[in-house]
Amino acid sequence: MQPAHIARNPGMPLDLDLVRGVAANTSAIERRCAALPGRRSIKKQWQAAWLLKAVTLIDLTTLSGDDTERRVHRLCRKAMQPVRPDILDALGMGARGITTGAVCVYHEMVPAAVRALAGTGIPVAAVSTGFPAGLSPLRLRIMEIEESVAAGATEIDIVISRRHVLGQNWQALYDELRAFRAACGDAHMKAILATGELATLRNVARASMVAMMAGADFIKTSTGKEPVNATLPVSLTMIRAIRDYQGLSGHMVGYKPAGGISKAKDVLNYLVLIKEELGDRWLQPDLLRFGASSLLGDIERQLEHHVTGRYSASYRHAIG
Amino acid sequence: MQSGEDMTISDIFDNMEYGPAPEDAQPALDWIARNEGRFGLFIDGAFVPSVGGEAFDTRNPATGELLAHITQAGQADVDAAVAAARKAQPGWERLGGKGRARFLYALARLVQKHSRLLAVLETLDNGKPIRESRDIDVPLVARHFYYHAGAAQLMESEMPDQQAIGVAGQIIPWNFPLLMLAWKIAPALAMGNTVVLKPAEYTSLTALLFAELCVEAGLPKGVVNIVTGDGRVGEMIVAHPDIDKIAFTGSTEVGRRIRAATAGTGKVLTLELGGKSPFIVFDDADLDSAVEGLVDAIWFNQGQVCCAGSRLLVQEGVADRLHDKIRARMDRLRIGNPLDKAIDIGAIVDPVQLQSISELVDRGLAEGGEAYRANAPLPGNGCYYPPTLICGLEPASTLMQEEIFGPVLVSMTFRTPAEAVQLANNTRYGLAASVWSENINLALDVAPKLACGVVWINGTNMFDAAAGFGGRRESGFGREGGREGLYAYTRPRAKGGKAKPVKVIKPFEGAPAPSDQPIDRTAKMYVGGKQARPDSGYSRPVFGPKGQLLGHVGIGNRKDIRNAVEAAHKAAGWARTTGHLRAQILYYIAENLSARMDEFADRLQAMQGGGSGPARAEVEASIDRLFTWAAWADKNDGAVHQVPIRGVALAINEPVGVIGMLCADEAPLLGLVSAVAPAIAMGNTVVAVPSWPFPLAATDFYQVLDTSDLPGGVVNIVTGEHPVLAKTLAEHDDVEAVWSFSSSDVSQMIEAASVGNLKRSWVNHGMARDWSDADARTFLRHATDVKNIWIPWGE
Repeated sequence: MQPAHIARNPGMPLDLDLVRGVAANTSAIERRCAALPGRRSIKKQWQAAWLLKAVTLIDLTTLSGDDTERRVHRLCRKAMQPVRPDILDALGMGARGITTGAVCVYHEMVPAAVRALAGTGIPVAAVSTGFPAGLSPLRLRIMEIEESVAAGATEIDIVISRRHVLGQNWQALYDELRAFRAACGDAHMKAILATGELATLRNVARASMVAMMAGADFIKTSTGKEPVNATLPVSLTMIRAIRDYQGLSGHMVGYKPAGGISKAKDVLNYLVLIKEELGDRWLQPDLLRFGASSLLGDIERQLEHHVTGRYSASYRHAIG
Repeated sequence: MQSGEDMTISDIFDNMEYGPAPEDAQPALDWIARNEGRFGLFIDGAFVPSVGGEAFDTRNPATGELLAHITQAGQADVDAAVAAARKAQPGWERLGGKGRARFLYALARLVQKHSRLLAVLETLDNGKPIRESRDIDVPLVARHFYYHAGAAQLMESEMPDQQAIGVAGQIIPWNFPLLMLAWKIAPALAMGNTVVLKPAEYTSLTALLFAELCVEAGLPKGVVNIVTGDGRVGEMIVAHPDIDKIAFTGSTEVGRRIRAATAGTGKVLTLELGGKSPFIVFDDADLDSAVEGLVDAIWFNQGQVCCAGSRLLVQEGVADRLHDKIRARMDRLRIGNPLDKAIDIGAIVDPVQLQSISELVDRGLAEGGEAYRANAPLPGNGCYYPPTLICGLEPASTLMQEEIFGPVLVSMTFRTPAEAVQLANNTRYGLAASVWSENINLALDVAPKLACGVVWINGTNMFDAAAGFGGRRESGFGREGGREGLYAYTRPRAKGGKAKPVKVIKPFEGAPAPSDQPIDRTAKMYVGGKQARPDSGYSRPVFGPKGQLLGHVGIGNRKDIRNAVEAAHKAAGWARTTGHLRAQILYYIAENLSARMDEFADRLQAMQGGGSGPARAEVEASIDRLFTWAAWADKNDGAVHQVPIRGVALAINEPVGVIGMLCADEAPLLGLVSAVAPAIAMGNTVVAVPSWPFPLAATDFYQVLDTSDLPGGVVNIVTGEHPVLAKTLAEHDDVEAVWSFSSSDVSQMIEAASVGNLKRSWVNHGMARDWSDADARTFLRHATDVKNIWIPWGE
């Protein structure tokens, strides 16, 4: 069952009144998030199905200084076969072609990933624009996008200039993002807001809105390198902005929480939050990704537990 | 294939639906089975059968299945329960706060130890979602016993002048069966009272399980007694002569009946009644959070919540957006088996309640309301009602005024903050309110203007044992929780021996004679800062003890009272003046009274006889009393309650409003000053009926008021016969409180007549008061109502 194709978000002119009018009440948002895990319960085969869905939403990521082509190759093989085939068969999912949503690497590793994933349909995402700080010259940041696209990356995870948000300089943020979007061409732009460095949820909401107005295909929480990465309150703030933007423009923008989601239980809470606030359509890889590296291992153990009834061990599952 | 157990992982992977997540009911059913499916009454520490042997069924509203047989108590049973409580009370009080704290702590721990059993049993019996009973009700129950264990521990040191009232009769509703039990029993026990509690007939089971916990805690026999049954049992409790205090939570209609039935009995009464609480959304609010607030406000416990935010008031500019968001959110609510852990809306408590909701909504639609019902499946059987939003109504519509007590939200728009306040207060009720705005200036400006007992800013339905809960107007009186709630279960420790009856004083008689004054001086009434002739056109002569004519005084009637109340309302701005200003004016009144010391002393002596010494002493005491209340005017601080949020609950002492007072006959000046001064010091306005036998000190006194910068209408003085004027005041729906220190037998009449608007009455029941004592704490409590404003923060 293939969900209907989503038209890309072309963006819209910057509406400063709208951006400045965005409200995000922190304590109310926190209360909603605190109550949520108690409001929904995903058990038994529902849990297994939802966790498998989560696997297909993972951007399997390596962003280390010691990455090599062999290391990236290993990761790509894991992306192609994220769960042990016997477990998938036992779950009745062996024929469903379960892979992760994408593989996410630095620019220099893009060719290796493209080669490893050739013919699989799994996209290669490149972090870009001076990731993670985004403070290299604008010209170079734009060139970096162009080079990654030329190398075969079909998704570009760009980082925004946090100083534009902290200075409430929305025009500058918008212009920067427009330039990035133009450089992406046909590649999808995932805009990393680095929410851990934006200080307030109000800033998160405003930056989300500006990024979508500038044409982001996805908005993404974090680089994974900030002191605080994805949280439920930040996610709730961003997906509510996505919902408002859809109401405003008619376009559906994807969401990618990244960093800090390492447990199967956490990812279920995120899925519930997305389902409740944005609806089922957003539970597909074209609109939802998880930026995570250790999450997959925990999911694999939970899936094996579902099959055998025994708690699993990490060494029983291949590393990526 | 919808949510069936046979759904495959592959199906679910595609549809991403929720599956069933039922909480196991078996432990609770086993508990019922261990009791053989029938329960006696818990009297004097043991379960006993009813003398009459009557019983009724209690059912699971989600399925209609029989859960158990509950005993219908009779008069003999209630008598036995009250007798047990009476016998236990002195020992329980003598145990001391520290001794009682141990038992309350044990109860808190036992509630935690059996938390899941209590939650499941509550959901089975009531139909509320297990998430709510598990995550909200039961934790709040434990919290209430913990908090009040502490209140008991500190009672002797922190409330040295207070003592237990005695035996409390407590009647609780079915919407939060165990939580309401905790709200009633914990403070009563902490303060040294014993209780006879009647749970609602639909939902008795958790109270009976709690009775078992009392046994497990080793609570002394008779301290807690639980009698089950329908409203007849409640009436027996209310009417029982050996009960000292009635605490009731439930409908305004029944509250009124209880007020009437207890009038004149001397029973202390607290009522927590209905509501039609406003949920105000300003155009700068975080609308998505406000929508989620509405889910917690009106779709919490199926809307069967006295403080439910059932009346949405939204600023025009964002109304359409907000309504769209609400409708979208409603469609995502999950309605069904309350034992399912992923259900938002459970069952309505009983078919009778379901019927009542349907009828009210039909009426609203007939009056032009447009309903949106959640596009979410309802279970095929059981008591369910869909979440509903009704727009297109006006304040005059039935649904804007009547409490629905179901998952039905009514909405209307406003233009300005002032209009929001006006609409919010356009109700007979006054329990709670929610205010949504990102502007702290706006939110904190609006909160004090709302006529209610609880305000939540950017939140809703936040409860905690440390913060008082309770209403104004027809939502009842008294507070539960916080320090303010403890006073509902205590009385001042008796000072100076046993209270004496107040001496009845008749006006002196004499023969009409020409006045010895060169120019006629006629005492008038004082209304709105002006002297006013009596509407009746009648006066009576005032004679001294030797029959000498001292002057004439107007005979006030109901129209004089009407005019005075109107004037008092016009002066409502007094409540917004600063304590500093009110203090200055009270000092100034004292100064001007002092300047006329001789004249007032002479007048008192002429009216009452006796030497000049007592008369001068009364004037001197009155001046001192004014100083005392000037001192208090800027010192009756509120509190910052330590509630478990990032933020505070501000407990603000607000004036009650317009207070009618029948002043002491025996102390013509001191009695007047002692009652009027605390009221105006706290920002109330007053209609005072002075001593009838000795009225001329009060009519002289208005000249002092006139020269002391007191704004017109803050104090109004109407002379006349107490029984006549007391009745008009007590019946007046625009008077918020009536106090009586009269020697006339008016207490019962005042309490009975106060049911119209459920005004606060404070009467002497014919007992004398020692006017040499300002008794400031008592007067402060009667002159103010506590409003708790919850202010969460965070950015």
